[in-house]
Amino acid sequence: MTITTPKRLATLAFVAALVAGACSSSGSSAAPTSAATTGASSAPGGATAVPGSAAALTGSVNIDGSSTVYPITEAVAEEFQKANPGVKVTAAFAGTGGGFKKFCAGETDMNDASRPIKPSSSDTADAKSEETLCKAGGIDWVQLGIATDGLSVLVNPQNTWVDCLTTAELKKMWDAASTAKTWADIRAGWPADPFKLFGPGADSGTFDYFTEVINGKAKQSRSDYTQSEDDNALVTGIAGDKNALGYFGFAYYEENKDKIKIVPIDSGGGCITPSKETITGGTYKPLSRPLFIYPSVKALKRPEFAAFVRYYLDNVNTYVDEVGYIEATADVLQKSKDALANALK
Amino acid sequence: MTTLPATSRSLVRPPHRREQAIEALLFLAASLGVVTTIGIVLVLAFQTIEFFRLVGIVEFLTGTVWSASIEPFRWGVLPLVLGTLLVAIIALVVAIPLGLLAAIYLAEYASPRTRTAIKPILETIAGIPTIVLGFFAINFLTPVILKPLFGVGTFNALSAGLMVGLLVTPVIASLSEDAMRAVPRGLREGAFAMGATKFEVVRKVVVPSALSGIMASIILAMSRAIGETMIVVIAGGTNPQLSVDPRESIQTMTAFIVQISLGDTPQTSVQFKSLFAVAAVLFTMTFVLNIISNRIVARYRNQYE
Repeated sequence: MTITTPKRLATLAFVAALVAGACSSSGSSAAPTSAATTGASSAPGGATAVPGSAAALTGSVNIDGSSTVYPITEAVAEEFQKANPGVKVTAAFAGTGGGFKKFCAGETDMNDASRPIKPSSSDTADAKSEETLCKAGGIDWVQLGIATDGLSVLVNPQNTWVDCLTTAELKKMWDAASTAKTWADIRAGWPADPFKLFGPGADSGTFDYFTEVINGKAKQSRSDYTQSEDDNALVTGIAGDKNALGYFGFAYYEENKDKIKIVPIDSGGGCITPSKETITGGTYKPLSRPLFIYPSVKALKRPEFAAFVRYYLDNVNTYVDEVGYIEATADVLQKSKDALANALK
Repeated sequence: MTTLPATSRSLVRPPHRREQAIEALLFLAASLGVVTTIGIVLVLAFQTIEFFRLVGIVEFLTGTVWSASIEPFRWGVLPLVLGTLLVAIIALVVAIPLGLLAAIYLAEYASPRTRTAIKPILETIAGIPTIVLGFFAINFLTPVILKPLFGVGTFNALSAGLMVGLLVTPVIASLSEDAMRAVPRGLREGAFAMGATKFEVVRKVVVPSALSGIMASIILAMSRAIGETMIVVIAGGTNPQLSVDPRESIQTMTAFIVQISLGDTPQTSVQFKSLFAVAAVLFTMTFVLNIISNRIVARYRNQYE
């Protein structure tokens, strides 16, 4: 809740950037690689610098990826920059998939992800997987688990009829082959009014995850709904329409509790409302999922970026609580720390 | 030549080289716009042809479902065209009466002092960044006014259309006023001499005489409304539908271009090429409208000069 205002501003700035981006989109791949900003300044000992230490870090860190993970990264970045005024951290939210495209092209230092990177084994003739793309771009990464999310289904507060949805009913609504148009098509007795769907677009990891566990196949979804990679736009959409239903990360619900209503999900064991307890305890199924960050190994050679990622893992639990997600288990976090230490060797 | 006095030098032989260089420079400046336009047309045409190698032109022009990012991909451009036209028509329904009434007032009724005060203010509307109008639409117009009145959704064509209408009103007001003021005084005075009232003069003499100029301003406003991007991205939504219900969420051609440009679409993908095909449709529509408008203006100039 405490970061509502900066986030709003960030959204606004993002929309403005989006316009600028859209205007200059044809052709040139704009974003400069931040590798250029480090130069030869990285002394071997610099890599051990910690935030707030005497050795002042300078440079810039460029992050993109999942809009689900974005609130955590944004909160970490804000605090990190307070401790290290010389480092400029830029975070955006093109979606997990959109972010990986940039990451594998070497345009960003780190990608936020709400699903694991797609392995080379999922290559098809006309679509290369992210692992293949990254290898082609010469980018190595470390996968670091940082938190847990309960992907949430939301409706308008004036919606008095939906008190629980089964996964089968969700599939009936969202499946590519769905012909359902009204609430009555989903469950007998519900109003015959048409429902309006809101959800992330195809570049989103949330979209991939939701379609995989609900519709049975990643990216298999009906397409006649309002798509946005900006979860705040989805909140606005659902909050403004009595017949709206949408899905996104739990944190965006936590932050907008007064505007939207969360729907308990029944996957066979009764209706479960996503909460800290049900998500950690594993009873909120099947929409609980791990969240990741993917720092680039090459970028980790830069002391300011290494310090940032270390700061991220050391403090992530504070921010995870603050923005409304659920802490990763101590085991997962320790594994992440070990993996980072390994990559920094 | 150096021996001649300065005054007679120019009479004997003008400095050809410099004159030519300046003329060439001016020609270059003038042709830059033309060259840029030709370049845009070529790029559009080339990429559009690439797109039509992958997607049938008939499917593109007659298909009724547009799904560019979620499989199965469907490439029927009609929902986007319809969304665009819906917004433009709502905009004109607002802008034509508002703009014409403002033009009539400014041209015929307002005192010179009032006119010099009001006209720049009116034209300021056209200078408001459209993202501001978009935010006004989604945060005020839609929830506070349109939702209680018409039960619209959060994203809808009506709100976007009304706001675009406000944006293009000055186009119609300003150009129509110029056209009305260009109507020769003699015509008005003739009508007054016949005993016509002021309103009759406006209705039966000024407006009909300036009609071609007014039409041109309306077509320019329509072309502006079709190409408007930011307002429809924010307030119109991203849900291409074959629907003429203005309360529904739509997606315009411009909003689609923004959406796909955002997601870092690879340049080899069909999605990337579809941008150009959609842009080509958009370009053709506004280009034809601008030509029509130019024709009308040309005819109207011949009438009195």
